Amino acid sequence: MTDSKPTTGGVPIPVTPAGATSGAPAELPPSSPAGRGMFGNQGSGDVSGFGGLVRPRPTRTDSPRPYGGYFDEVHDALEEAYPAFGEAIEQVVVDRGELTLHIRPERIAEVCQVLRDDPALRFELCSSVSGVDYLGADARRLHVVYQLTSMTYRRRIRLEAAVTAEDPHLPSVTSVYPTADWQERETYDMFGVVFDGHPALTRILMPDDWEGHPQRKDYPLGGVPVEYKGAEIPPPDKRRSYQ
Amino acid sequence: MSTSNYATERETTEGRVFTVTGGDWDDVVSGVDPINEGRIVVNMGPQHPSTHGVLRLVLELEGETVREARSVIGYLHTGIEKNLEYRNWVQGSTFVTRMDYLAPIFNETAYSLAVEKLLGITDDVTERANTIRVLMMELNRISSHLVWVATTGMELGAISIMLYGFREREYILEIFELITGLRMNHAYVRPGGVAQDVPDEAIVKIREFLKMMPKRLKEYEDLLSGQPIWLERTKNVAVLDVTGCVALGVTGPVLRSAGLAWDLRKTMPYCGYETYEFDVPTHSDGDVWGRYLVRMAEMRESLKLVEQALDRLKPGPVMVADKKIAWPAQLAIGVDGMGNSLEHVAKIMGQSMESLIHHFKLVTEGFRVPPGQVYVGIESPRGELGVHAVSDGGTRPYRVHYREPSFVNLQALPAMAEGGLIADVIAGGASLDPVMGGCDR
Repeated sequence: MTDSKPTTGGVPIPVTPAGATSGAPAELPPSSPAGRGMFGNQGSGDVSGFGGLVRPRPTRTDSPRPYGGYFDEVHDALEEAYPAFGEAIEQVVVDRGELTLHIRPERIAEVCQVLRDDPALRFELCSSVSGVDYLGADARRLHVVYQLTSMTYRRRIRLEAAVTAEDPHLPSVTSVYPTADWQERETYDMFGVVFDGHPALTRILMPDDWEGHPQRKDYPLGGVPVEYKGAEIPPPDKRRSYQ
Repeated sequence: MSTSNYATERETTEGRVFTVTGGDWDDVVSGVDPINEGRIVVNMGPQHPSTHGVLRLVLELEGETVREARSVIGYLHTGIEKNLEYRNWVQGSTFVTRMDYLAPIFNETAYSLAVEKLLGITDDVTERANTIRVLMMELNRISSHLVWVATTGMELGAISIMLYGFREREYILEIFELITGLRMNHAYVRPGGVAQDVPDEAIVKIREFLKMMPKRLKEYEDLLSGQPIWLERTKNVAVLDVTGCVALGVTGPVLRSAGLAWDLRKTMPYCGYETYEFDVPTHSDGDVWGRYLVRMAEMRESLKLVEQALDRLKPGPVMVADKKIAWPAQLAIGVDGMGNSLEHVAKIMGQSMESLIHHFKLVTEGFRVPPGQVYVGIESPRGELGVHAVSDGGTRPYRVHYREPSFVNLQALPAMAEGGLIADVIAGGASLDPVMGGCDR
């Protein structure tokens, strides 16, 4: 770790990483998520000649009809039951046997309501709510991902809603799925997504006075170097590694 | 109100708060009139022995009745999901196994299934690997349920069941040690298969276990099922019906105790569970008693599954054939735990330069996973354990999220506890079987 200072015992104590307390870290993280170079670190004598390599980010595209399996049924049933379907659904992606509906963030609660209540859909269980930070790949980098399960039809679908880091607001689905309560709190805690209408949107895993949102890609891991048999082993986020 | 030397008091918006640093409790509370001041707020935890690790419950009490209960979690948050993003895909198994430490095999299997789905090699996983996974998961389910019956028994006053439960669990951990090299945190199930084959002496030990366990389960039931105190403390306590369970996302034995036979092994099978014969035990009362019965019956079903898995364990590879993924299969148990097998080391160091290069690339670089995202759910002892894994095409996970049943199920605690007695908070909380290592990750 470069920004560490040795102490009397010879054990280096790292300076707190910039983003750990301010919540406003560097533009791009020093390691892997940037997708740059061969080993993901800069300035450590990368002689591989691949230092300027930039891996292209995958772009997602609409899947063509028919989607296969029950996906067409779900798609059509939702279209029939939800009048604002055309406006609310941004994209339909079928990948690896899973259906993902990309929803406009402001519509997410309405869509969930229809998905839960319509007799042809019946997604009664919200299995999971979490986030993914697509920093550098998507202008609306914070994606909230909902995994819905229909116990009646034994089906699963995924909803995805993307918001920007500057205006990370979308409606809470807790009125539809009470189980989303803690999961939305976790998503807020880890990604800083604000769920409007949530009964008590507070941090849940991190301490209440924590600053920053740790699962964002520009939030450093904050690893500490360790000494092993006289050599200093850098923390995992500072090591050379293929990406 | 007399201000004690031992406790400072201050007024807050929530009411009067005492900070107690020792001394005489009577002194501290002498200024509070419990009858007229009505409600008191009690912090149960985070070090209360009955809260299964570091769970903190904030209870608002009126006499002995709980008016409001709020659980506070996060004391065991270790950032495993973040850490995963800085290691390669195979190293991930070592991290996820430490989440829910009572069900490590489930964490590993769910992770491996997700990575395999991302790689598109789900169907290439060998039959033997799948059978071993089922075998290990069901043994793990028994050991996890044993800890449940042991700790819950202890919390409700039955100390002997605690000792018995841990004794039998220890037997399963010995089996795990024989197979994986470690009692816990195995990192045994890896993307592509399992780390290494099951040794013959483990099969013998499992057969002995299968012979011994039904008798032991009978003993537990003899100890508990007719016991008046156990019945008093569990029947009609912490009731949650199917609607409540589904709304709050509660799955697993708690949901089945309310009457819905929702078990992912049956409803959305994986690892070949559809080819095994077993029942999904349910109960209709939705109380702690029902959850006890369901878990006891599930252990018996798991024994059936273990037996079937043993019978169909035919010789064969335990890792996918693709050598670009299959490195971890060349492991063996040495005196200091699991590591590279000596034959493999002799081969790469002495005979084949290409093997050495290949080994080096797989260990330092790992394999690449095509970009995309998947969600895989499996039935852990606590309910639906889901893994949402995202790859950006690199050698490390871009994001892995665990849908932890402990985390989701704990939300139901206020619904179970409010309006009941404080003693039933313990019974209700225990019946959810939360493991804080999994809950906080």
